Amino acid sequence: MARKAKVEAKAPVGAVLVVGGGIAGIQSSLDLANAGFKVWLVEKGPGIGGVMARLDKTFPTNDCAM
Amino acid sequence: MECGRHSDIELLPLTELTSVEGSAGDFTVTLEQKPRYVDPALCIACGACAEKCPKSVKNAFDEGFADRKAAYILYEQAVPLKYALDPDHCIYLQKGKCRACEKICPTQAIRFDDQPKIIKAHVGAILAAPGFKPFNPTVCEPYGYGVIPDVVTGMEYERLLSSSGPCHGHLTRPSDKTEPRSVAWLQCVGSRTTTGAGSPACSSVCCMYALKQAVMTGAHTKGAPDLSIFFMDLRTHGKGFEEYGESAKAKGVKLIRCRPHSFLPGPEGKGVDIRWADETGQEQRRTFDLAVLSVGLAPPRDASDLAAKLGLTLDERGFAKTSGFDPTAASKPGVFVSGCFHSPMDIPTSVVMASAAASAAAKTLAQSRGTLIPAKVTPPVTDVSGETPRVGVFVCSCGTNIAGVVDVAGVVEYARTLPYVAHVENNLFSCSQDTQGRIIQAIRDQSLNRVVIAACTPRTHEPLFRETLMAAGLNKYLVEMANIRNQNSWVHADEPEAATTKAKDLTRMAVARVVRLKPLVEKTLSVNNAALVLGAGVAGMTAALDLADQGFPVTLVERADCLGGNARSLRTTSRGERIADFLSDLALKVRSHDRVTVLTEANLTHVEGFVGHFTSTVRQGRTSLKIEHGAAILATGAVQTRPKEYCYGRHPAIMTHLEMDRALTEGLDPHTIHEAVFIQCVGSREPARPWCSRVCCTHAVKLALHFKEKNPNCRVAVLYRDMRTYGERELLYHKARKLGVLFVRYELGAKPRVSIKNGGVRVIVRDHVLDRDLEFRPDVLGLAAAIAPPDTDKVSRMFKVSTDAHGWYQEAHVKLRPVDFATDGVFLAGMAHGPKALDEALAQAQAAAARAAQILCQTEMTLSGITAQVAEAKCVGCKMCVTICPFKAIAMNDKNLAEVNEAMCKGCGLCTGSCRSSAIALRGFTDQDLMAQIGAMFSDQESRP
Repeated sequence: MARKAKVEAKAPVGAVLVVGGGIAGIQSSLDLANAGFKVWLVEKGPGIGGVMARLDKTFPTNDCAM
Repeated sequence: MECGRHSDIELLPLTELTSVEGSAGDFTVTLEQKPRYVDPALCIACGACAEKCPKSVKNAFDEGFADRKAAYILYEQAVPLKYALDPDHCIYLQKGKCRACEKICPTQAIRFDDQPKIIKAHVGAILAAPGFKPFNPTVCEPYGYGVIPDVVTGMEYERLLSSSGPCHGHLTRPSDKTEPRSVAWLQCVGSRTTTGAGSPACSSVCCMYALKQAVMTGAHTKGAPDLSIFFMDLRTHGKGFEEYGESAKAKGVKLIRCRPHSFLPGPEGKGVDIRWADETGQEQRRTFDLAVLSVGLAPPRDASDLAAKLGLTLDERGFAKTSGFDPTAASKPGVFVSGCFHSPMDIPTSVVMASAAASAAAKTLAQSRGTLIPAKVTPPVTDVSGETPRVGVFVCSCGTNIAGVVDVAGVVEYARTLPYVAHVENNLFSCSQDTQGRIIQAIRDQSLNRVVIAACTPRTHEPLFRETLMAAGLNKYLVEMANIRNQNSWVHADEPEAATTKAKDLTRMAVARVVRLKPLVEKTLSVNNAALVLGAGVAGMTAALDLADQGFPVTLVERADCLGGNARSLRTTSRGERIADFLSDLALKVRSHDRVTVLTEANLTHVEGFVGHFTSTVRQGRTSLKIEHGAAILATGAVQTRPKEYCYGRHPAIMTHLEMDRALTEGLDPHTIHEAVFIQCVGSREPARPWCSRVCCTHAVKLALHFKEKNPNCRVAVLYRDMRTYGERELLYHKARKLGVLFVRYELGAKPRVSIKNGGVRVIVRDHVLDRDLEFRPDVLGLAAAIAPPDTDKVSRMFKVSTDAHGWYQEAHVKLRPVDFATDGVFLAGMAHGPKALDEALAQAQAAAARAAQILCQTEMTLSGITAQVAEAKCVGCKMCVTICPFKAIAMNDKNLAEVNEAMCKGCGLCTGSCRSSAIALRGFTDQDLMAQIGAMFSDQESRP
């Protein structure tokens, strides 16, 4: 019992792994890093951006997706 | 993008997760980084390797419509902007011969011996956002994909339209590279289907992307092309989407409600011959130049693989299994999901989910916040004000990017002749790590107090050079960049002499400006770490709880005498989860949390201050409370309107959805109901309220199913305009049809007629298939009453936040900042933003908490030095700047003169331009600075040919 309590009291690691460098992964990474956590962002491809970087324009504003 | 430069984000491209050990709070993850074959520390993205590389491959980024080399970058603005060699195609890596890129690379960055790296990391939580895979329509034989060249998928069409895509923004069709004069879209390819390989669910995003593509096609092509969308139900259920759909129709986009039965090759193998039966049953055929299949979103390719590594459970369709009450939590503690791995969703929803997942993860790690990030140290700054300017000019060759066109040595010599210039040097790459060291050394040795970098664009490189100045002890605002690459050598490659002259001009202009620049002070402000949440519905309570769990004190202010808002009337979520239990649990957690102060029957009366420092006054009964807080979340909900038609209020059997939910909770026995009718879009999607209320289609189907399941003999009919059971809600619609619920479509011009006869309700509607009237005598009639914004006027004025034309809270950016207001420190959540389902409101509340936490976790904030400043003597008090400021940073002071709040000013300069008496100056960009720069453009006629 005492041992279990000790384990629970151990502080968690203040870092997060984010898998996927699309718009969702990027947003989570920025939010966490700006809130004081170390972030590891892993992306399969050579660069981040995901599908959104391949879209032409986005509705409803017709803004460029970049 | 911000992500690539963030010091606390370790960005690992070409990397995959290989294994996970441990549990929530303490995971050990093993990552494998594949070789890039290019040293990213040395690569300066000049592109020489790709130019020289002899091997062309189909570019998957452009859906194979264009080629790239084996040495490549993903796209022009890629992050990180570093080339890579594709080992599957590189001739040397495949066959052992070539090495052309190695020879040409000016920085010797090619590493053919690069090896995979194994990286181990300790993390407290894992977020999975692997995205989606577009449905592959090859299996849908009737549509000829892969056989008819002019049939493409929606994703392929995006690349054809894109200005950076294979057609460079001039749309052409694949068969003969001519501009299409007619384009057809086919919706629901791979979605809403129970046959073949597709999914029975709706993919949520395709109606909008097809509409957008149609509108963009109209804008990209000459004349008035024929743009037709073949659809089943038009699902424009998002905020502003219905209006977008209407505007598309007004622009000439044709919407044809039917599913064509055949796609045949057009004449000479060009175009597509589409055949369909119209609503009257007539056979129609037309040849379109191009057809686009609006393919749905399938789970990511490696979803099952990733789920296995992370120990997650997937649903039947291959997406991550989650709950409606905790949407980002995966089936394993410590693992969170967002984006399309959760379910098919659009960009704003992905961004909201991503922030929500960040909040959920931060909650579990709150006590370790800040433990693994290095403290930021700023070196001391030398005071150079009052000194005579001593300018250092650094002219970049950018490999051959600039030097290949511009006579760089000539520019260097010329720069030496300019006034106040004390030091000039040429760098092969001004941005490289070793050059930063040289710049710092030169600043120290030559006592430079201003720096000009004649190189590329400040958009990507100014932050780097500002850091360099700071490291050398200079104020970071004393640097100016002359863009002699993007705006000169790249665009004038054919005219080297003129380009050299222009480089000199640009350098002279930069020097003229930099000598005038003054050191700017970045003020710091302390931050109050408490939050105020307005509205205690599901969104408000969730946001309050998330922030409190993250360690911040919260005051939750509610107008009513109890917590819960609209959700108190609701029975179940679309997944059938019981809302009442969840709600009482949530309210209990909120009330018992020692960091949450709940104020009910309380009204906000006054707000002062700005981000980090708000003081709000709340009136509760006869007492007034002052609350100090650093951020605020507005979650004031929405209201169900009172229908003004269909005999509402004249018969107890006629109820709104909320009333029917309440009646069922309070004892209405479904077994006593023999006929139930639902009328949709009561007050929505009409000129007075053009928006779609989003939740009513699902709600009606849920109620219809409830009656049908309890009493299979009950006759149930839903009278609708478009069934918008988006996402997996489609499965409910499917089930309802299967159980015999009748769905009858009506048009806005021919609404159902409701009358009360002999004490009973009578509904008559025209059935367009049978072309005759149907009559119902229902025991209950459910009206899908429109959802309208609450009275946001007072609150929005108090917090200086915007609302849209209809009164919904207006987010800072529809796509990328969906829960922020343009006003710093204020966030939105829940239905006050627009109608939405409970799980969506909940995710949005978590997202708002994640965004607010980024302010609250700071002890002090550093403000930008570039802010506007009012010269009171010149101000005439016309208030033009107050009206024009997009950040509401300007207010009239007690002398009735404009005053800028530096904490809110973003330095955009709109006020400066609009001030008729030139009373406002933007620090670092004063009229005098800019006039000096412009004056310098004409000052030296000698350098011109």
